[in-house]
Amino acid sequence: MAGRWKNDLNWSDVTPKAAFLNRRQLIAGTASLVAGGIAGPALAGLDARPSAYSTDEAPNSFEDITSYNNFYEFGSGKSDPADYSDALTIDPWSVKIDGMVDRPGDYAFDDILKDVTLEERIYRLRCVEAWSMVVPWIGFELADLLGRAGVQPGAKYVAFETLLRPEEMRGQRRPILEWPYREGLRLDEAMHPLTILATGLYGEAIPKQNGAPLRLVVPWKYGFKSIKSIVRISLMDREPPTSWNMANAREYGFYSNVNPEVDHPRWSQATERKVGGGLFAKRVPTRMFNGYGEEVAGLYRGMDLTEAY
Amino acid sequence: MSVTDRINAAIRAVPPRLLYIVAPLPAAWWLYLGLTGGLGPEPIKALEHELGKFALQLLIAGLAVTPLRRHLGINLMKHRRAIGVVAFFYVLLHLLVWLGLDMAGLWGQIAADIVKRPYIALGMAGFVLLIPLAATSNALAVRKLGVRWRKLHRLVYPAVLLGGLHYVWLVKGLQLEPLLYMAAILGLLAVRVIPRPARTALRA
Ligand code: HEM
Repeated sequence: MAGRWKNDLNWSDVTPKAAFLNRRQLIAGTASLVAGGIAGPALAGLDARPSAYSTDEAPNSFEDITSYNNFYEFGSGKSDPADYSDALTIDPWSVKIDGMVDRPGDYAFDDILKDVTLEERIYRLRCVEAWSMVVPWIGFELADLLGRAGVQPGAKYVAFETLLRPEEMRGQRRPILEWPYREGLRLDEAMHPLTILATGLYGEAIPKQNGAPLRLVVPWKYGFKSIKSIVRISLMDREPPTSWNMANAREYGFYSNVNPEVDHPRWSQATERKVGGGLFAKRVPTRMFNGYGEEVAGLYRGMDLTEAY
Repeated sequence: MSVTDRINAAIRAVPPRLLYIVAPLPAAWWLYLGLTGGLGPEPIKALEHELGKFALQLLIAGLAVTPLRRHLGINLMKHRRAIGVVAFFYVLLHLLVWLGLDMAGLWGQIAADIVKRPYIALGMAGFVLLIPLAATSNALAVRKLGVRWRKLHRLVYPAVLLGGLHYVWLVKGLQLEPLLYMAAILGLLAVRVIPRPARTALRA
């Protein structure tokens, strides 16, 4: 269990906050139940323990999180993933883990889940398009799975790949990006306890439009780094190519840490608007590392983040 | 009666004034949807996009009037001015949503975006070019300006090009839709420059 609970909080600090959150989530969930007729949270489904890494900000509704998505494999419109991801088959599912690991192979999804502790992680999500959400993910630390595969000493980076299946993923029939979608992290970023693989959302199995059955969540980076529907994880000794960087290196760097001081060449990253606030929602200032600076700034000490954007 | 005659008769039955009356309806409908949750979880962007796209469609419709008459005999000349004025009205609403809702009060960021962001600068340039056209879209100005009126209103060509380029420039990845709009604009401009080959192409 690499890096778990490296902070000073203990369970007695965590529990009251978590109980409070669960209650409020229930209220938010009920609201979405009334508004959208969609099943609420935490009533059934996944059993996950609360986490000290959760934010106490109010989560977006289930409806918001599952109807406003960027998942270009299903089209570039925000509602395309919700409209078209039904076609995707997620059972059976396995993840090929290869490269510089001691135990390479195809890991079946159920088998991956057997060995991990699911936690609820309520994280802020900041999209590169300057909108944001708060999402109650359920998942486990990526470090747990990498530990199981046995990372070899020379490995420095982790590469990820999304499923390539144009018959079921209609967006892949057009060259919006070079498919399959690829992402990558430096090994220390991948091993950080904030970095999780999510398998659930609002207490239930993760919906297809959010990256079922297994997706990455790296909350201090722009959303596109958090690759969805993962089928391959490779450990390597050099920086892997990543999709948006391949499409436009000047606009999308390998790191893509949330940074209000480094603008996207075509728009400002200084502010963001939380989705779900209606027609008069105001922008708020974007925070360095999406507010996770205390946990992750150390990973980048000595680096010029205007260069390594 | 030929098909063209029938179409023209139908067009004549619609007085241009009617266009001004129905013009605000789409905007009112989107505003209503935005206020009641019908535009999804991010109604500001949705409204901005609906207005921008409708403005571009109207500008393209305006560009199509002359080729339609010249090559297909369909006559919308009486409605062209209304189409143009309504298009301007939608560009203006699009801009107002950006200023008043999307950027709401962030004057520093607004000023920086207009200067620094090519897609905003292109859109802004398109809007500015449309202002004198909207201001002279009345009978008095047409009479007063005479031949100069027609010259002035050629500004609509660069304005639509800028609007189309603005759209191409703002999307992420290689997306088809803005390129189709751009192709329509370039096609409608091309049939003006080279009327004869375009005519045979259209007939073929
Ligand atoms: C000739 C004038 C203009 C036309 C034809 C036009 C058209 C469009 C179109 C078609 C879109 C994309 C809609 C979609 O994706 O569905 C758009 C988006 C947008 N336009 Fe314009 N526009 C014009 C002027 C302006 C001006 C003056 C501004 C502000 C200064 C502006 C700001 C924007 C913004 C912020 C977006 C949304 C970008 C995003 O997705 O974040 N536009 N416009």
